[in-house]
Amino acid sequence: MAAAWAAISAARAGATVVIVDKGYVGTSGVTAVAGPGHWFVPPDPERRAAAISQREAIAFGLADTRWMARVLDETYRQLPTLEGHYEFGINDAGIKMYGAVRGPEYMRALRQLAESLGVRILDQSPAIELLLHADGSVAGARGVRRQKGEEWTARAAGVILATGGCAFASRLLGSQTNTGDGYLMAAEAGVELSGMEFTSQYVIAPAFSTMGRSMSYAYATYYGADQQKLDIPAFGPGEEGIRVLARHLLRGPVHCDLARMPQDIRDRLPYISPNVMLPFVRRGIDPFRDKFPVTLLAEGTVRGMGGIRISDDDCQTSVRGLFAAGDAASRELVTGASSGGGSVNSAWALSSGCWSGQAASRLARTEGTRSKDSVHAIGEAGLRPRHPAVALDTARVIAAARAEATHYDKNLFRSGEKLARSLIVLGDLWQAVRDRLQGDGLAAVRARETAAIAASARWSYTAALNRRETRGLHRREDQRSMLPQFERRQLVSGLDRIRSSFESTSQLLDSVA
Amino acid sequence: MIELLLRDRCTGCNACVETCPTNVFDPVPGGFPVIARQADCQTCYMCELYCAADALFVASDCERSEPVDEAQVVAAGLLGQFRRDHGWGEWALDPRYRNQHWYMGEVFRRARSDE
Repeated sequence: MAAAWAAISAARAGATVVIVDKGYVGTSGVTAVAGPGHWFVPPDPERRAAAISQREAIAFGLADTRWMARVLDETYRQLPTLEGHYEFGINDAGIKMYGAVRGPEYMRALRQLAESLGVRILDQSPAIELLLHADGSVAGARGVRRQKGEEWTARAAGVILATGGCAFASRLLGSQTNTGDGYLMAAEAGVELSGMEFTSQYVIAPAFSTMGRSMSYAYATYYGADQQKLDIPAFGPGEEGIRVLARHLLRGPVHCDLARMPQDIRDRLPYISPNVMLPFVRRGIDPFRDKFPVTLLAEGTVRGMGGIRISDDDCQTSVRGLFAAGDAASRELVTGASSGGGSVNSAWALSSGCWSGQAASRLARTEGTRSKDSVHAIGEAGLRPRHPAVALDTARVIAAARAEATHYDKNLFRSGEKLARSLIVLGDLWQAVRDRLQGDGLAAVRARETAAIAASARWSYTAALNRRETRGLHRREDQRSMLPQFERRQLVSGLDRIRSSFESTSQLLDSVA
Repeated sequence: MIELLLRDRCTGCNACVETCPTNVFDPVPGGFPVIARQADCQTCYMCELYCAADALFVASDCERSEPVDEAQVVAAGLLGQFRRDHGWGEWALDPRYRNQHWYMGEVFRRARSDE
């Protein structure tokens, strides 16, 4: 979604644009399967201020209200420009509803609009690594066209990483392609990540499924092993409900029914979110009558907040010409220490996409693609191992990293001791990947995904270990209060040796002012 | 994950090959596509949405394959249900399947006020 907005915005500004997508622009990623309800507030100063102060209250000092205002403004201006490609809903009072759009139709509309502006789309074409100029600025990227068995190379004045977050292979709906590839590519270029400790967001789903759509659970009743009703708070900001549910799940199965949902909403449900009922219907379950087992799917940095650190108002990184948009970028500037949910995150994806697209287009005008300059490819893990390659079972590496990064006890109820133990396991996984894994041709895709997942898990837990307090989504059982010295964003960088530091909020404000 | 590709419905248009975000299908020259990498399926149902012939069926278990009875799936009317509820293709002008996604915010509001 961020990639599409970036492409649209760059093309509108006159640039020649190519989108490379691991899958297909329209079905790839977590927006296509969901229903983003953008943070969408009319430009009435009072309503804008109220929206901002509501978010500021749960940002715990890590957000920046100027960025919130920018995102609200950009989203309000840009989203309606999809008119003609997306049929915005009209509510019962006859008012057009721009903010809430349905994933597949939204992505289809973005694709149509991009194509109508002349954007070239390469589907099924995963990016493998970045290309840099000798002066350290970005020169393009390289990847494979996996259905043609060919490679692609793109030389560009600007490269926008809109690769999504990292869900640690958790089976979260639509997230299998979101393996943190952009984080890996950015880190190899020396770019810092920010907020990587904020990865403990989960979403409820029927136990056997990917269907992490939470709306219906507003009407859920939960039952423990002995059929006794469980008191689980509704999911919302703070997500205390998730933690209570996770504690029950650590003890044994939890069942649920949706019997409290009013009949008129049940009737409407398939036309609000057509995928929600599929797992039930296909198993012969009537969720309004039958109890079904539930699980929590880890959302990693998809609805967590960490990602590539933004250095300026254009969403450029510390590498000239390299931008980050959507979940690939840290969303702390607008969400602070609490999840942005679908609403702030989609507004961020749209806005950061548009800004980076416009800025990349300016670079294209002023500097061009410098196609005569020499470039070098900078990918390491999974491509150029330090030692002779051995056959490594990537599925097992991914499963092991997933187990560390998503286990409820390790990730939701953190402690220095547990994090340190996980980091030893993850360090060994990383070492094996870095030293010995080599994927050639099409196999490079899985090799790079494996490396990206292992690296992302290490960044996440290193940051979590160093934030020795509890703040927003990040909860430490061994330090349950918020400490003033940690009211700062945390940066991590590096691959083999991970460095971490805390920045002061005012410092960042100066640098972007 | 994906369990069925019904050859008697498939038109060989290869839309599933083109749109699957995890590259599960392979085209077959002069024939119907095949489910080539079932284990890579992410159970997102997107292929069903893009299959105008309603020839695909994704079962709900995302971790392992669970063989299904094709005749039962057909008889239960499960093929094409998702595409119909989305109001795609021939269902686009049918008012019963109009996109009501905008109502989601209202559902949350009502749930809160019911408590």
